[in-house]
This record gives sequence, C-alpha cells and structure tokens, in this order.
Amino acid sequence: MTVMFGGFGLCGIPENSIAAIRDKGTTGITCISNNAGVDDFGLGLLLQTRQIKKMIASYVGENDEFERQMLSGELEVDLVPQGTLAERCRAAGAGIPAFFTPAGYGTEVAEGKEVRIFNGKPHILEHAFDAPFAFVKAWKGDKAGNLIFKGTARNFNPMMAMAGKITVAEVEELVEVGELAPNDIHVPGIFVQRIFQGTDYQKRIEQRTVRAKAE
Amino acid sequence: MQKLNNMGLNKDQIAQRIAQELRDGWYVNLGIGIPTLVANHIPEGINIEFQSENGILGMGPFPVEGEEDADLINAGKQTITAMPGASFFSSATSFAMIRGQHVQLTVLGAMEVSDGGDIANWKIPGKMVKGMGGAMDLVASAENIIVAMQHTNRRGESKLLSACSLPLTGVACVKKVVTDLAVLEIDPDRGFVLLERAPGVSVEEIREKTAGRLVVQGDVPEMKL
Repeated sequence: MTVMFGGFGLCGIPENSIAAIRDKGTTGITCISNNAGVDDFGLGLLLQTRQIKKMIASYVGENDEFERQMLSGELEVDLVPQGTLAERCRAAGAGIPAFFTPAGYGTEVAEGKEVRIFNGKPHILEHAFDAPFAFVKAWKGDKAGNLIFKGTARNFNPMMAMAGKITVAEVEELVEVGELAPNDIHVPGIFVQRIFQGTDYQKRIEQRTVRAKAE
Repeated sequence: MQKLNNMGLNKDQIAQRIAQELRDGWYVNLGIGIPTLVANHIPEGINIEFQSENGILGMGPFPVEGEEDADLINAGKQTITAMPGASFFSSATSFAMIRGQHVQLTVLGAMEVSDGGDIANWKIPGKMVKGMGGAMDLVASAENIIVAMQHTNRRGESKLLSACSLPLTGVACVKKVVTDLAVLEIDPDRGFVLLERAPGVSVEEIREKTAGRLVVQGDVPEMKL
C-alpha cells in the first residue's frame, strides 16, 4: 500500500498518525515522504518496526537505521529530486498524469525516461504519484477539512493533501465550521477526507541553531 | 617535487568573496555548508532576499536562544527567523520559483566540478547515499550557479576535473567556482578561466591543482576581500 506523509525533516510531520500506524502494525508500506525521519522519531519509528517496504524520498541522510536497511537490501529506496517529488504530488492531485522537468537530466535519475527538448533545453518525463492515502499535519483546521499551516511546516502537506484519495489531516487545533476566515485557508476542505485534533505534539528540532543575544 | 605552501582562503573568506557577486534586489538560494556563510557578508547598501527551498522567502538569521521555533526551519533543518516581508509557501510553489527562474542566484557546494560545468555533489557510490534533496532541481534551472568549495579534496586531489568521476547532479550548469585558491569562470568551450587568485597563491599552484582545462589570460589579479 502506498501512503504519503507530509513534512520536511521533522517539521510539519503527522506525529499522531505515524504513531497510530505503528500501533496498528500495518506492514509492507510504500512511503512517499521527502525525508525518512530520524532513528527514534517520525518515519524512523516505522522503520524500526520494519513496517516500511519501500521509501520514495529526496533526502534520507539523518537516519542510521534507514541507511543500514537500505545497504542490507531490506528496504527498497527510490530517490527523487525534491522539486520533482513535490510536483509529482501536486500533479497527482491536479489531474495531470505526467509532466516534463529539467531536473535530473543527464544524471542517473533520467535513466529510462523519455527526454524532450523544449526551448532548446532537455527535459525528462516524470509521472504523477498514485496514493490511496495521505497523512498530513496542519496548525489549524475546521470540521469541513479546511487547513491552515504555520511557518515552514507547510512544505509538502498541501500537495500531499491534494494527492491522497483519502487524506487524513491531523491539526493542533480543530475548530467549528465558520471559525476560520475563508481568506486564511491554505488547503480547501475538498482535499481532506478525515480530520482530527492531535495530542502531545513533540515538534522536535533537528538542528537547533541560535545566535548570541545582541547587547 | 616540493609541496607548495597553501596560503588560500578559509571557508568564511570564500563566502565573503562570493558575497561580492550579489546584486541589489536579488533572490538567492544558499546551499548547506560554506554557501550558508554568504549571508553573513552581504555588502553594505544591498538588499537580498534569501529563499530556502522547503518554503520560505525572506529568511533571516538564526533565532536568539529561547526563541527557536520548530515550525520555522531552513532546508538544512536549522532553526531560523523570518525577516519583515517574508513569506511561507508549499514546496511545490518553492520549486516553481526555482524552475521558473525567479531566483537569480544559487550558491552550492560540490564534490567535483568539470570544465564543461557539470557538477557532482550528492552521491559517493557504496559510501554515501543520502539523496539529492533539491540540488538537482536547483542546478537544472538556476540562471546563475556559483559553486563554493575547496580546490582539492582531503587527499590533495583536484576537484576541478575534465570530467566528473562521481554520479552527476547536473550537466553544463555551473557558471563560476570560488575555491580557497581562486575564482574561475566556466566557459564550456575553453574550460576554467582563471579570473582571480587568492592572496599569496600563485598561478603555478592553481595550475598544478586544477586537473581540468585551465585558461590563464595575462596577469591574473589577486582577490580583494
């Protein structure tokens, strides 16, 4: 089963849904997610329990268990350029079956893919994803499924919400219909099939970088 | 042969030299490592907006301690701040900016660069397979790409080659390379054109440490930092 997970690094990941999938014990999951979490958090939790069969991601450098499973052949991995990953999600939700992009031309990413020249520049054909389920995380949502994100926690969540045939959104604050201003909505509720208010958000920081306080 | 004394730039000075390339009003994407340091050296009177590909335009400095926000990070997963006038958006919109050439300059690191402008910076077969992240999208689309790197690797071998030996990130895309020893422009027909030397570094040393085609025209000036 192919499942999309929103988030970039540990920012904006559906923490509650990942924990629930771990507890449910679903196995053989093909994950589409920009990253693979860290050893003991995010999608790393589902790697620990060997629930993930295949990972489609752009960057997986923060997870030792991931590297071990990949090098031993236990885990299938498909690395996709980040912009192509984002666009394959968006295309899936927008009814675009495939598109041409210059990213990856002349590299191993282009192997076996159709090449066409547009405006004198080579592009490769990339296909939309097909995902029965998407799990996303937002800051606020209402019971109609409308979503608002905070800061850079938006990242892959909007396109994955669009792409999932059944999109499950977890939010930090779930409000009644009418409480969110239409002008503020980032993802319209039409793209969200299930919504719940999550609990106990850890919101871990991967790289805590600070500067000295100005005198 | 006697080993030549390396008087080259440190990482911060490489960033400082690259910052001289910035022009007022540009949108700029900085990669991880030396490129990140470029933000510390923006010339006086110049206004730059930094884009980070996870989804922010108008990225500011690191937060002061106690003000870190897990929902506000850059593409290196570091905690950051947002400048006045900043905006947040999805990664699809972010790469639309990049692919659509709305970002004027990309600065990134590299393991190898060829004299035709190819770049390799994402994979060492059998050793390091972390993924390309946004690098392939950035190099395939950016109008202007500057590579910031050391001239040689830890074994002392040149990173400026006639052809990359590592898996490529992009082809014929790098316009300029700034190393600890030199500033070089890439002319795909001729190779690495030596524009400037680091203070105290000779043309001979640069020639010895550049494996790809090197073009030296007349007197090559020293960088001004």
